[in-house]
Amino acid sequence: MIGREKAKEIAQRALEHSQADQTEVLLMGEDSGLTRFSNSYIHQNVAESNADLHVRVVFGKKIGVATTNDLSQGSIRRTVDEASRIARLQPENPDFVSLPGPKPASEGKGYSPATAEATPEDRAEVALLVCRRALQAGASAAGAFSTGTYELAVHNSLGVEAYAATTVADFSSVVTADDGSGYSAQVAVDWREIATESLAEEAVEGALRGRNATGLEPGEYEVVLSHYAVVDILDNLGYEGLGATPYQEDRSFMSGKLGQRLAGENVSLWDDGQDPTGLPLPFDYEGVPKQKVMFFNQGTAEGVAYDSYTAHKVGRQSTGHALPAPNPGGPLPLNMFMQAGDSSLDDLVRSLRHGLLVTRFWYTRTVHPITMHFTGMTRDGTFLVENGQIVRPVRNLRFTQSYLEALRNVEAISKETKLLRDQLGGCRVPAIKVKSWNFTGVSEL
Amino acid sequence: MKDLTERALNTAQVLGASYVDVRVVRHEGQVIAVKNGLVEGVSTGESQGFGVRVVVDGAWGFAASSVLNAEEVDRVTGLAVRIARASARAKRDDPRLGPPVRQQGKYATPVAQDPFAVPLEEKIDYLLAAQESARQVKGVGVSEASFECLRERKIFASSEGAYVEQTIVETGAGLEVTAIGEDDVQKRSYPNSFGREQGTGGYELFAAMDLKGNAGRVAEEAVALLSAKQCPRDLTTTIVLDATQLALQVHESCGHPIELDRVLGMESAYAGTSFLTLDKRGSLRYGSDIVNIFADATIPGALGTFGFDDEGVPAQRVQIVRNGIFENYLTSRETASLIGQTSNGTARADGWNRIPLIRMTNINLEPGGWTFPDLIADTDDGIYMQTNKSWSIDDKRLNFQFGTEIAWEIKNGKLGQMLKNATYTGITPIFWQGCDAICDQHHWHVWGTPNCGKGQPPQVAHVGHGTAPARFRNVRVGLMK
Repeated sequence: MIGREKAKEIAQRALEHSQADQTEVLLMGEDSGLTRFSNSYIHQNVAESNADLHVRVVFGKKIGVATTNDLSQGSIRRTVDEASRIARLQPENPDFVSLPGPKPASEGKGYSPATAEATPEDRAEVALLVCRRALQAGASAAGAFSTGTYELAVHNSLGVEAYAATTVADFSSVVTADDGSGYSAQVAVDWREIATESLAEEAVEGALRGRNATGLEPGEYEVVLSHYAVVDILDNLGYEGLGATPYQEDRSFMSGKLGQRLAGENVSLWDDGQDPTGLPLPFDYEGVPKQKVMFFNQGTAEGVAYDSYTAHKVGRQSTGHALPAPNPGGPLPLNMFMQAGDSSLDDLVRSLRHGLLVTRFWYTRTVHPITMHFTGMTRDGTFLVENGQIVRPVRNLRFTQSYLEALRNVEAISKETKLLRDQLGGCRVPAIKVKSWNFTGVSEL
Repeated sequence: MKDLTERALNTAQVLGASYVDVRVVRHEGQVIAVKNGLVEGVSTGESQGFGVRVVVDGAWGFAASSVLNAEEVDRVTGLAVRIARASARAKRDDPRLGPPVRQQGKYATPVAQDPFAVPLEEKIDYLLAAQESARQVKGVGVSEASFECLRERKIFASSEGAYVEQTIVETGAGLEVTAIGEDDVQKRSYPNSFGREQGTGGYELFAAMDLKGNAGRVAEEAVALLSAKQCPRDLTTTIVLDATQLALQVHESCGHPIELDRVLGMESAYAGTSFLTLDKRGSLRYGSDIVNIFADATIPGALGTFGFDDEGVPAQRVQIVRNGIFENYLTSRETASLIGQTSNGTARADGWNRIPLIRMTNINLEPGGWTFPDLIADTDDGIYMQTNKSWSIDDKRLNFQFGTEIAWEIKNGKLGQMLKNATYTGITPIFWQGCDAICDQHHWHVWGTPNCGKGQPPQVAHVGHGTAPARFRNVRVGLMK
């Protein structure tokens, strides 16, 4: 680990060396390990230590960025000089106003000493438990378990000084039994909260239940999407349209729609980097404290996430969603939540008359960014439900479905939420029942 | 650097490693992005470090660090050994790596003009001019252009006596134009979608792209798409794919399922497995008789070209599909030995802090004998689709669905009306069995795919695909409601 004091010392060296009008120093440290298993044995097992230094300098409205992971004094000076050289060669960007000024930022609640001290042996024991449980059931386990410490320090010449260390423990497993497969996953700040035994059980049960799947005619079906499937919806909404850049460029499904009802009244989505029930990160990569941003409030579109650049363009304050510069794609929500309901997952399944229970989605991609049509496959357990009872597993299905339309047709929501890792960060979601889902193909082999 | 690699090799063996390799990597990159007349981002970056991979007690361990000194080499090597011993708690068979690899050698990408040596302002000015040409077209909402180059210097040394030094240089660029209408957004890209086209080589690759010369055309196409006819819904027809879309089709439906680690279940928890199970080798009809696919890591200028893989095995050419029959896999040393082969040199790592995995090199569809005009003229009824917009395929690489940025009707041997939101779907071997015409060598180019993801922790590989436009019969199109 770099540590708060060492990070400050490195940042001060860079700031003192810089001749720019404004200078930002970003340090990102990582000390992590990942144990991966397949065919019920550990086949890959890795660890890494790294620390990246990003220097952003501003001359007037000319901006340059240079990065290095060599933290020697000479390298720090060279990196500042390189960022300055880049900035001076550029035309001005009239949309740039300023780096953000200082605001009080906490260290957050996302650090667990137990996770920081987790050993290769700890990770191996988790993998071993899952492998043994699968073998006992005549199945085969695959998956990964990682533990890591991540440091983020942001200093700038306007007085920003922010430091946070966070930890993440991330578990996922796919268990296969003949042609069936089951899935389970969990992410936590403290690795001791990973419910290894019940997660192993869940994946094994899913695999056994998924055996002897048969085909199902594609078409419109009512569905229950488990937590693992719902996380994909939030992930894609966030990436495609909940940041200010696509919104400002009229490329987002949110563009021109604030104040309008885009989802059902029972759907509320937000981002909150301070919420300890997520994977908290107290400030963004510009050192701006993270604010809660309501995207859908009881179905009504309310806001998008800003960094300082996109906020200044429209005379607003950053919401604390910047990514490391340069970032032409703009700010993104990294800590999303969906409001829980009052049903159990079993209640949701029991309410299906003729529908499907979907464990998770796979390889989902945007078909249209305004209608929010996506295509993807179901994976690791898709089940036909008749009159509230699971009657048989079905082969994986392809869908081509508007995620926005689905959020307008949410009929029930589970009260239990799960914290899961998505492509953007941590995401806490319930399971949902959707009135209609458009399946357009089936895996034939 | 040899003192550090020797230190890691010796230390690991003293600690009990039966095999050890060490890679020292230094990566330099430069990225320029311009948008709507403004420079959105310019950055240079460097990342260096080393990774030590060991077999101890018949199990794998790996550790990596960005700090390059003797003390850290000792710490990281010790950690790799400890991790391997932890792996041994849940091991199966000892890894067998096949015959020792004692390769000694050097490789450097041939570069005519060093992309880092070209003045930054020259690149910025060119990109601004290119995207400005697009912005002049009425109706364009967002106009973007980007440039990227990298240089990676790496050393590989192993306890078997291998010592290999390589310098890989890549250059890429692209243009993306978005037209925005009432409740619709349409995009056109050049030369390829998702940011850029990229190859191994220098600034000469960028100069040959002619972004400026193509900016106006793609901008006009993006605007025209807003009012274009919707692709027919749920129709089974003939499609012709341009070379860039076909490159991604090869990538997803051939490149990934031939990775032997996927076939053996080693990626089943994340990327998935493969329908090309071991019993299929030598017998499965993957495509029609005219479908011939080969992997070749030696094609000059292609993005998946190198001298040696990250296990020290020399780059090579391997036939994958011959006359439609599936013939072979991409392999690493460990996976090859499991099927009685030796590695065909495709184990590559995304930097110093990742282990080598089986990655595509350049996976190519051999050209056929058609000219593109003749191919269209020979097609009575169908759709010509160009430039990938979306892609999705199942975890066994069977059921796929692709969308393209633009398409045109083909009627009576001629290109007709423009179509938007074109998609097509299929099952891999059925789709390839429907291939009945491939354009010739003059239409063939190796397209770069610089964003191939795989593994946990995630790794991104740079790979290539040689393709020419081709025709496919009985394909289902138009899946969006």
